[in-house]
Amino acid sequence: MKLSMVKELLNADVLTGEEFLDKEVNSAWGCDLMSDVLAFVKEKPLLLTGLINPQVIRTAEMMDIETIVFVRGKTPDDSIVGMAKMKNMTIMSTKYPLFDACGLLYSNGLRNNQGEEL
Amino acid sequence: MIELHFDVDGNDFTLAGECSSKVKKMLTQIGIAPAVIRKTAIAMYEGEINMVIHANGGKIDVMVEPEKITVILKDTGPGIKDIKKAMEEGFSTATNQVRELGFGAGMGLPNMEKYSDEMEIDTVLGEGTTVKMVFYCN
Ligand SMILES: Nc1ncnc2c1ncn2[C@@H]1O[C@H](COP(=O)(O)OP(=O)(O)OP(=O)(O)O)[C@@H](O)[C@H]1O
Ligand SMILES: [Mg+2]
Repeated sequence: MKLSMVKELLNADVLTGEEFLDKEVNSAWGCDLMSDVLAFVKEKPLLLTGLINPQVIRTAEMMDIETIVFVRGKTPDDSIVGMAKMKNMTIMSTKYPLFDACGLLYSNGLRNNQGEEL
Repeated sequence: MIELHFDVDGNDFTLAGECSSKVKKMLTQIGIAPAVIRKTAIAMYEGEINMVIHANGGKIDVMVEPEKITVILKDTGPGIKDIKKAMEEGFSTATNQVRELGFGAGMGLPNMEKYSDEMEIDTVLGEGTTVKMVFYCN
């Protein structure tokens, strides 16, 4: 799914990385626990989270995650957005809560795709 | 050989992970294979976060050689009472405050073991913990 499609489906604001909206994501992961992102993510998914702190950006960096969607209308402060910009990431913010945001992307074809049999 | 040394501030959680970020950048610049960078970065980051949330900071040494990368994390924190337990997935003594920051699932040490090619933990109660991890480059 193209990032521009993610933006449209979630009616999201792009806080940085507008120039990457043509990029494709092939998987997604939604959670507030960075421990789980570090332990279970294998591909380079789109990350959806309601957690806002610099470790979200650093965790994403370690996992080679390039796009983060903050849910529930949360907006990170400028220093966090700046960090993401320096790392060439795309950051979006949507009003939808985590469940709804994941549901919208799922029902439009995006999958977890971390290579685990469920 | 490239050697890097970092002092990790235990009082500022917002900085936790900064050293791992710098190491990742450096490894990328010198052209290390992406898969090797990834396993090193993830495991070092877990260790760096542990150092901040469980041990009030410490020191990290990174050595890059053609065939391997060595990361040594040394703290003077409380030490680990039962290493076998600490290595179990899901075991954590993290406070609620740490959990609210998105950590404390008890997955870090098992993840460090998974991503490193060699791992050794030396710990003495009341004195501190040293974790040594080696990552092979091929
Ligand atoms: N450097 C350290 N000093 C003292 N205790 C530690 C240290 N590192 C780990 N521990 C102990 O081992 C436990 C397990 O560590 P581990 O990294 O697996 O989980 P966690 O840090 O609690 O949660 P997570 O890593 O999922 O965020 C910790 O809860 C803590 O009790
Ligand atoms: Mg940990």
